Amino acid sequence: MAFDIQRVAIAQMAPRLGDIGANLERHHEYIREASAQGAHLIVFPELGLTGYQTQDLTLEVARSAASPEIQSIVGMSMEIDVLFSFVEETDDHRFYVTALYASKGEIVHKHRKVYLPTYGMFDERRYFAPGDRFDVLNSSLGTLGVLICEDAWHLSAPYLLAMQKATLLLVPASSPWRNTMAAAEFGSHAFWRHLLQMYAQLLGVHIVFANRVGYEDGVHFYGGSGIVAPNGSWLVEAGTGESELIVAEIDRRLTRRTRYTTPLVRDERVHLVASQLQALLQRGDFGAPGH
Amino acid sequence: MRPDIEQALRLREELTTSVLEGFLRDEVRKVGFERVVFGLSGGIDSALSAYLATRALGREHVHAVLMPYRSSSPSSLADAMEVVRDLDIPHTVVEITGPVDAYFEQMDKLLGEQASPLRRGNRMARERMVTLYDLSAAMNALVVGTSNKTELLLGYGTQFGDMASALNPIGDLYKCQVRQLSAYVGVPQSILKKAPSADLWADQTDEKELGFTYDDADEILYQWVDLRLTPDEIIERGYDASLVRHIVQRVARNQYKRKPPIIAKLSGRTIGIDFRYLRDWGH
Repeated sequence: MAFDIQRVAIAQMAPRLGDIGANLERHHEYIREASAQGAHLIVFPELGLTGYQTQDLTLEVARSAASPEIQSIVGMSMEIDVLFSFVEETDDHRFYVTALYASKGEIVHKHRKVYLPTYGMFDERRYFAPGDRFDVLNSSLGTLGVLICEDAWHLSAPYLLAMQKATLLLVPASSPWRNTMAAAEFGSHAFWRHLLQMYAQLLGVHIVFANRVGYEDGVHFYGGSGIVAPNGSWLVEAGTGESELIVAEIDRRLTRRTRYTTPLVRDERVHLVASQLQALLQRGDFGAPGH
Repeated sequence: MRPDIEQALRLREELTTSVLEGFLRDEVRKVGFERVVFGLSGGIDSALSAYLATRALGREHVHAVLMPYRSSSPSSLADAMEVVRDLDIPHTVVEITGPVDAYFEQMDKLLGEQASPLRRGNRMARERMVTLYDLSAAMNALVVGTSNKTELLLGYGTQFGDMASALNPIGDLYKCQVRQLSAYVGVPQSILKKAPSADLWADQTDEKELGFTYDDADEILYQWVDLRLTPDEIIERGYDASLVRHIVQRVARNQYKRKPPIIAKLSGRTIGIDFRYLRDWGH
């Protein structure tokens, strides 16, 4: 039985591009600090161990889950659960943007980024293979699922996790900011805030958003990490631009009350969705599987 | 400028400034430098770069270089000095008349004709670049660029001259945004109010030379580049067809100025084509 109240930490950090040693050290420090603050879980940003635009460094920075660097983080998960991200290389030499969930010294969950943005300023599909599923994990914080950055910009992804009974979504990200012009809030930051608040309320979940900071060749990652509750309110928010560790308490009793008051997940018609999608697939509207 | 476009181009000043200051700090220090050097012409673009660099790095870590030519307007130097005084930053005045005139004295004889204003202007811009890069080595300081998005797109600058720099905080700001942010950071009124000029010869102004105003250029460029409207769609909105086509052609024709030299591909891995790393690589 999960405890009602859990402390969750977010390490909003600026990874050094391609420098796994330095980034690993930073991960160790943040894990120790979060642990000292009594956190049950710490969440790191997307590709926190490598930096975001690895391009042809991909071949150099890729690690298997069994590598000593990855295992050194896994080994620190005795007292505190850790969700962290790196370039994963499989035995057959595919490269993924991967997030691992480590608990009690073991890897208990792995998510490979499904949606690799390859448009505009993004070029992920050139280097990485896409993951092929959204699974959940039963943890001491309840049932949770992971969405890496762009995964969360696809409606079906949080939906699939919620239908698998997730009450907590972890969203490691490397989101740059792209518009400092007039709109009340700027481009991607405003979009993320609205998106996460809406998901939290529609799906009755807590969402932990861990976005990186720092610059890569002039591209600025804005941070703005935080935790949004099932009622759409922000429990904690980091600033934009600076590295920091933030901590907040997630209270599952709020999830309970919210889901009772507004039982959208309970009333969801999964069979209807599945049968309509199945019919569309049979008509061939979506081309070959995998697309 | 149409009110809706003007509104869309309005910057959030505090946010933009903090991103640009962070950019300067991060990209300078990451590569092992603490200092920057830049040319200060007395115009608005280099003034804005000076204010941003000073805010980002502190007055002791910036160095302004004023490089007048004998035909430069005295008010340009006075305006640049106003910036130096206001920011209380170290500066050096380097006359470029000697080297530029010596060059053309020889070259005019060799070619048997007098150099055009274009060639003279390019030579001045490159003399300033050479000076800045020499001081970059002398002072262990990176060269900060001062070209804005409008002139980069229009190709209104000298390749390997004023377009050269190690990093450029204002290259994604249209001219109207440079004006807005300059007012916000406190660039002196005399600079904010005067007509933009490359000051390569007497009475030159950018807008006279270009044949259109910066506001017109910004308005058309924003809709074409940022909103991805086609030239025809922009013309449908009521803009002068020949101006729209002229600006669009100008941007395309000057793409070469915005790119490193192209390399003939021979191997399986060619610099600039399939040898892909950020410049931040290794830092």
